[in-house]
Amino acid sequence: MTPPRGDRDGRWAWRLTIAMTLGVYIFLFAPIVATVVLSFNASMFGGFPLTGFSMQWYAKLLTNEQVLAAFKTSLWIALVTAAVTTLLGISVALALVRFQFRGKQAFSTLVILPALVPETILGVGLLVMIKAADQPRTIWVLLLGHIMLALPYVVLITQARMVGISRSFEEAALSLGAPRLSAFREITLPLLVPAVVAGILLAFTISFDNTSASLFWRPAGVETMPTQILSMLKISISPEVNALGTVMILVTVGIPLLGGLVLQAFTRLKKRRTENGRA
Amino acid sequence: MGWKLYDSRLAWTLIAPTLLLLLLFLVLPIIVMTAYTFFTFVTAGVETSVLTLANWKEFLFDTYYHGFLWKTVRVGATTAILCALVGYFPAYFIWSTRFRHKWLLLLLLIVPFWISFTIRTFSWIHILGEQGLINVVLLRLGIIGEPIPMLYTEGAVIMGLLHFLLPYMILNVYVSLESIDRTLISAARSMGCTSAQAFREVTLPLSLPGLGAGLLLCFVLAAGSYVTPQLLGGSRDALFGNLIYDTIMGQLNWPMGATLSVVLFVLLGCAAAAYTRYMGMSQIMKGLGG
Repeated sequence: MTPPRGDRDGRWAWRLTIAMTLGVYIFLFAPIVATVVLSFNASMFGGFPLTGFSMQWYAKLLTNEQVLAAFKTSLWIALVTAAVTTLLGISVALALVRFQFRGKQAFSTLVILPALVPETILGVGLLVMIKAADQPRTIWVLLLGHIMLALPYVVLITQARMVGISRSFEEAALSLGAPRLSAFREITLPLLVPAVVAGILLAFTISFDNTSASLFWRPAGVETMPTQILSMLKISISPEVNALGTVMILVTVGIPLLGGLVLQAFTRLKKRRTENGRA
Repeated sequence: MGWKLYDSRLAWTLIAPTLLLLLLFLVLPIIVMTAYTFFTFVTAGVETSVLTLANWKEFLFDTYYHGFLWKTVRVGATTAILCALVGYFPAYFIWSTRFRHKWLLLLLLIVPFWISFTIRTFSWIHILGEQGLINVVLLRLGIIGEPIPMLYTEGAVIMGLLHFLLPYMILNVYVSLESIDRTLISAARSMGCTSAQAFREVTLPLSLPGLGAGLLLCFVLAAGSYVTPQLLGGSRDALFGNLIYDTIMGQLNWPMGATLSVVLFVLLGCAAAAYTRYMGMSQIMKGLGG
């Protein structure tokens, strides 16, 4: 289909659309570019104007023990969240796509709910319950909370992929005598790989970035990366915060992009192998 | 094995851990939180389980809370409508362009989701602040004598929310546009519609489900936000989320904090229910799953 350029109105509308689109992309990325640029600024203050190139804020970051501790906490929580959420997500998607059971509709709504309820409410609810049960706020609460927050997205992605995988493949393997688990491992799982990788990456970033709920759930004295940034911002916007932000952008944008590339290489390799096998 | 091929017992085994987690971390907390709204506040951090309606009375009759509620609804609605007005253009462009690397435009919309929300929000300080790009450039050019105060205003909060929510809106509208049968538009054009008429009569009505889902998502996320007003707003620009946080973490008034959370939950739940009543759940799932 051609863009509607047929008449005068159409041409004007199309020009407006192009201008607005360009504007939106600039709007989305200009502040982020400003942060990255300012992290290399020599000035002692976190803002413009630019006074010279310097890497000193990155060097300073490496000696900031609070930042390093927060980074370590966020990293392991995000890794565990990614692993556990993926396992849960695959099982749930399998149950929802392949099986019929009572309350399936209600359950599938329940699984999506953490993505629809605002984090502030999820945060307060869990906190109030822990207080009511007279339990301490431990790191495990934070971890399980992150798993719950990432779950809807992983389930939706895995489910969408699994709908496209015909069940007759598994059934063929089962009828040839394969045990259930190996039928899943040999047939279904390899076909699910793109969804699994996407789910792992998404769960990782959701956990690594989570702010509002983590403010409620973290144990006293424990900081994750985003809460650490928030508490640094309370004082002032320092060049160190810009450097920290840039590092975080590198981690959370770099990992998914890398994952996408690895996945592409993987599928290409597999394609070649099957082609060789046929030949 | 003794079990049927697609035995429901196996399905229950598969979902059991998740169900347990959701019951313990989602359903039970909301129930306990609702019960807490009837507890009696004694002093900071202390409350008794003597049942009372005091918290609800305080919320219903104190205009302090009404002000926050109204402002939250107003900011949420303004943000959602602005998102729709601005976000429709890029969605339409990506859908109708013949540009070969369309995927790049879509990828650029996904990338912000990977960048920490806190970083995206505070980066606006570099644009709007006293040492921000706009003020520094205008000062250098001699257009203004002293920095214009733009940060710590309601406008800055809406700007920050717009920045965070636009990708949601654009992707929702795009998914909806993508499902339109393009021959319908050619048909309308060949029947003598002008391009404006074809858009008004065919494209726009068929993209309404995506626009609706986007509006709902943007409203709910904006009205529930905490970080954006905290970083970009002044003390008068706090929204309901900030009020809840301060009531619980600052004043340690847990019963009142629980009451306010339930209010926000009901408000946003009503918005979602009104939407699903007309559009169904599937559109939201589409929007979330991409």
